[in-house]
Amino acid sequence: MAIGMETRNLICINCPMGCPLTVEMDGRTVVRVSGNTCKRGETYAHKEVTNPTRIVTSTVRVVDGASDMVSVKTKEDIPKGMIFDCVKALQGMQVTAPIHIGDVVVADVAGTGVDVVATKNVERRP
Amino acid sequence: MEKYDIVIIGGGPAGLAAAVSARKNGIDSILILERDKELGGILNQCIHNGFGLHTFKEELTGPEYAQRFISQAQELDIAYKLNTMVMDISHDKIVTAMNREDGLFEIQAKAVILAMGCRERARGALNIPGFRPAGIYSAGTAQRLVNMEGYMPGREVVILGSGDIGLIMARRMTLEGAKVKVVSELMPYSGGLKRNIVQCLDDYGIPLKLSHTVVDIKGKERVEGVTIAEVDGKGKPIPGTEEFYSCDTLLLSVGLIPENELSGKMGVEMNPVTSGPKVNESLETNIEGVFACGNVLHVHDLVDFVSEEAAAAGKNAALYVKGEEAEAADGREIILRPVEGVRYTVPGTIHTARMDDTLTVRFRVGGVYKNCYVSVYFDEERVIHRRRQVVAPGEMEEVKLTKEQLLQYPDLKTVTFKIEDE
Repeated sequence: MAIGMETRNLICINCPMGCPLTVEMDGRTVVRVSGNTCKRGETYAHKEVTNPTRIVTSTVRVVDGASDMVSVKTKEDIPKGMIFDCVKALQGMQVTAPIHIGDVVVADVAGTGVDVVATKNVERRP
Repeated sequence: MEKYDIVIIGGGPAGLAAAVSARKNGIDSILILERDKELGGILNQCIHNGFGLHTFKEELTGPEYAQRFISQAQELDIAYKLNTMVMDISHDKIVTAMNREDGLFEIQAKAVILAMGCRERARGALNIPGFRPAGIYSAGTAQRLVNMEGYMPGREVVILGSGDIGLIMARRMTLEGAKVKVVSELMPYSGGLKRNIVQCLDDYGIPLKLSHTVVDIKGKERVEGVTIAEVDGKGKPIPGTEEFYSCDTLLLSVGLIPENELSGKMGVEMNPVTSGPKVNESLETNIEGVFACGNVLHVHDLVDFVSEEAAAAGKNAALYVKGEEAEAADGREIILRPVEGVRYTVPGTIHTARMDDTLTVRFRVGGVYKNCYVSVYFDEERVIHRRRQVVAPGEMEEVKLTKEQLLQYPDLKTVTFKIEDE
């Protein structure tokens, strides 16, 4: 093995299969990914060793809704280091019913360029 | 008495997928009975992502996944009653239920699909010594409080058990500002999915202590702390290993139990290993025309597989109602036998005449096995021998059997599933 070559073992978190991945790296460059059973695994491995990201899910209070809370998520994954800033931006937030899946709850959350969207339909309280 | 061709008990992922499938297979008269105020079942409180990659080829949260099926059921005009509790199902498929609008009522069904899901094992089942203060919750209760009611159960948390809901709640409570001090697991391996250990514990630096359990709960009115100790190979605490953690909340994620009170009372035969009904290739119980699917049958890890299983149950119920279910031919029944590392199989029996071209057999193993083989024997002959890097109790396994394969062995009596070293 050449100098600077390193192997990292990861568990793919894209889906509940949890494939065990082996990433061979030369310094900061990914040389080879193995153990994945789909393309997502390879993409995940590249990201995880260079710029790890996560989808963040949470809830926001609803005014006048049939439910008190609406579940939300970042529309895309955001850098791992931004997770707490994202959650903080959602604290104390309120939205007014009706709200539907895909509605933007916070645009460009914590400067990530990613929107937070609703993941549940909450109609007005009857 | 009202009559329906198919009555489905439960409007969660299993009930919804079964209903959609039954309708697509030609049954108009379908009724779903749901005890909650909305359809979707437990998915409504599972706000995290990771659902649906299998079914929809995209990554959804629980409520989004549920909505896909709710929308389908509504487009197909499938009838449902909410806030409705089923009290009894008779052997002749008379369903007794109640709600505020209709009071107590009876429905005659031609076929019944059991889709009641499961519930969490509680503290009482664990024999943890100590007081009974406030602050002890099942992980799912905490999940409902945080995600649906908007309450935080506590600030300093210890979690006993590493089931998936416990792991998910470790992350959720951390994001909401709580300090999760440790996850303690009695077994030498986690009961949850590997991906959840990575993204819920490792990401947040929450320690997972395997072979550890709670030996004492301190606090009279409110939890003040718990003592955790290491256990030996038999699960007995090792003296001298006790460690005290101060906390105001203890979450329990110690297993799920299929909710089969109704099934048992109506005379459905149970499998003691799964605590779910014994079923054949059609997911039909010992009572003709009564089918089971989803977590009431056996606890799943992935809702995608629940949907798949429920669709099969819905289709088979439709065939039964239409009288198109193939005769079990000569009555020949192949027994599926789990041994050596395999704890159970679903289904438990196969009539080849009734099976589709392929049949998915799902099972769980009893321990962690590395570099092993999943083997399937047709009587004495080994026909499937699949190498696996690792199999674990927390992750359900499956093997597909084809009809063609089974028909090549006309005298086949037993199909044996086992884990082998080589």
